[in-house]
Amino acid sequence: MDPATLLFIFVLAAFVGFEIITKVPPTLHTPLMSGSNAISGIAIVGAVLALQSSFPTIAQILGFVAVVFATVNVVGGFLVTDRMLAMFGSKKKKG
Amino acid sequence: MHLEIYFYIAASILFILGIKGLARVKTARRGNGIASLGMLVAILGVLIEAKLLNWPLLLTGLVVGTAIGVLLAKRVAMTAMPELVAAFNGLGGGASALVAIAVLFGIPAEMSLSDYGAMQAISLPAGILIGTATLTGSAVAYMKLGGKNVAHPVKGPTRNLVHAAIVLAIIGCSAWMAMSSGSASAIIAMLLVLALSAVAGVFLVTPIGGADMPVVVALLNSLSGIAASASGFVVSNQLLIVAGALVGASGLILTQIMCKAMNRSLGNVLIGGVGDDNVAEDARDYTNIKSTSGEEVAMLLDGATSCIIVPGYGLAVAQAQHTCAELAKELQKRDVQVRYAIHPVAGRMPGHMNVLLAEADVPYEELWEMDKINPDFQNTDVVIIVGANDVVNPLAREPQGSPISGMPILDVDYAQTVVMIKRSLSPGYAGIKNPLFENDNTLMLFADAKEALQSIVDEVKDL
Repeated sequence: MDPATLLFIFVLAAFVGFEIITKVPPTLHTPLMSGSNAISGIAIVGAVLALQSSFPTIAQILGFVAVVFATVNVVGGFLVTDRMLAMFGSKKKKG
Repeated sequence: MHLEIYFYIAASILFILGIKGLARVKTARRGNGIASLGMLVAILGVLIEAKLLNWPLLLTGLVVGTAIGVLLAKRVAMTAMPELVAAFNGLGGGASALVAIAVLFGIPAEMSLSDYGAMQAISLPAGILIGTATLTGSAVAYMKLGGKNVAHPVKGPTRNLVHAAIVLAIIGCSAWMAMSSGSASAIIAMLLVLALSAVAGVFLVTPIGGADMPVVVALLNSLSGIAASASGFVVSNQLLIVAGALVGASGLILTQIMCKAMNRSLGNVLIGGVGDDNVAEDARDYTNIKSTSGEEVAMLLDGATSCIIVPGYGLAVAQAQHTCAELAKELQKRDVQVRYAIHPVAGRMPGHMNVLLAEADVPYEELWEMDKINPDFQNTDVVIIVGANDVVNPLAREPQGSPISGMPILDVDYAQTVVMIKRSLSPGYAGIKNPLFENDNTLMLFADAKEALQSIVDEVKDL
């Protein structure tokens, strides 16, 4: 893809990232961090691409390790965030 | 037809909605679910895009990764949450770096990286640098959060020189890697970039004091996103770029919130002004210290109508959150109004205290933010400080002359009586004296947080 287009996408996405979370209540600082951290496990997409047969064996091995890392990040991140938020939710909420 | 692009668009939307949901109390859990759905859609997309996959490796990787992830997420104690978040940050960064390196190995021997254009030549080394530095930086953060003292090997003014030299060397080796055709020299250059980046990550985090850990954890979170974006440029994948940028930006905002809570700039935190193994000379010189006992505190509470508990890192270390909640319940039974005052940087990661107290079933409407509860201290009978120090240090109000000058603090000293639960008179991470200890209305209860709270609970029950 055209580098300029990719840069364009990057800049716009970064602005969206800034805009969607201007005010976060402190209660959610940790879950927001661990939840968005799980999203950074999106590297799994790149890791899968490195497992295509067009890549040499060494690259595929690196890709395999990357898949493991990213999967731990994604699965662990989303699960632990859910566990935390379930704790928050178990309280009786008044108003 | 590039069917995958529609999956990537859907995943991007789900990530944006997910993060947006995570920023609001009511929608947080759903937001997390939406984001994880986005990840599933993203993986389906890449399975469509990828040609002739090495399925055995892929499936093994997914199974192993899932098993480890589930185990970690289910087993971890809430007190160890900062370490876990740091570990996950590091793994995300590491995965991005590995992707960049794998792509380099895929370049034919007769070509150089720069033949693919400037974007590849810049983003690939950047992916290795940011990803690897995130990994090793998180490893150091993990050790620091676990209570291990990691000291920077270079002291004094030469430290900045060494750092500058490392940065220059990384740029030089990156240029060499991008220019060299013939895989051997490119790989040597890559290994140098890798090694230097690893050192850079370690040096980035080591000078940072324990009280600044919330900033570091948030910053590493942001970096793990930027690393994913960089690897997105490397493999020309729009979704990686979008998701990485979202995480990078939101992590940066959280970093900024943390810096603001300490009245410090990010640069100031990174250089490591506070807590960098210098303890003020008068930090332990106290006169007029009144120590107290659980029994005395219980009697004090017996006559009180309002009480504010100020939790800090000591609460987490002693795992005293359940005992703390028990005390609050006992007091509420006796019609004492109990609230918790949460300083934004209390603990070792953003929101640390909120997570701990939620685990102990403390209703979150009892947790008050600093700005909202500060005006109430003057009308409060008893303040119990559990393992917090710098965030209640009145020296912060001095306009100048103290490392914490200007940092917003909890105005505990305006209360009738302050009970400070602390193991000793040792200074906090800022390494300075806390004049609060000497105040006429301050009582020191020297003990481990859990034991101290337990003794108060027992005495209160006996009243």
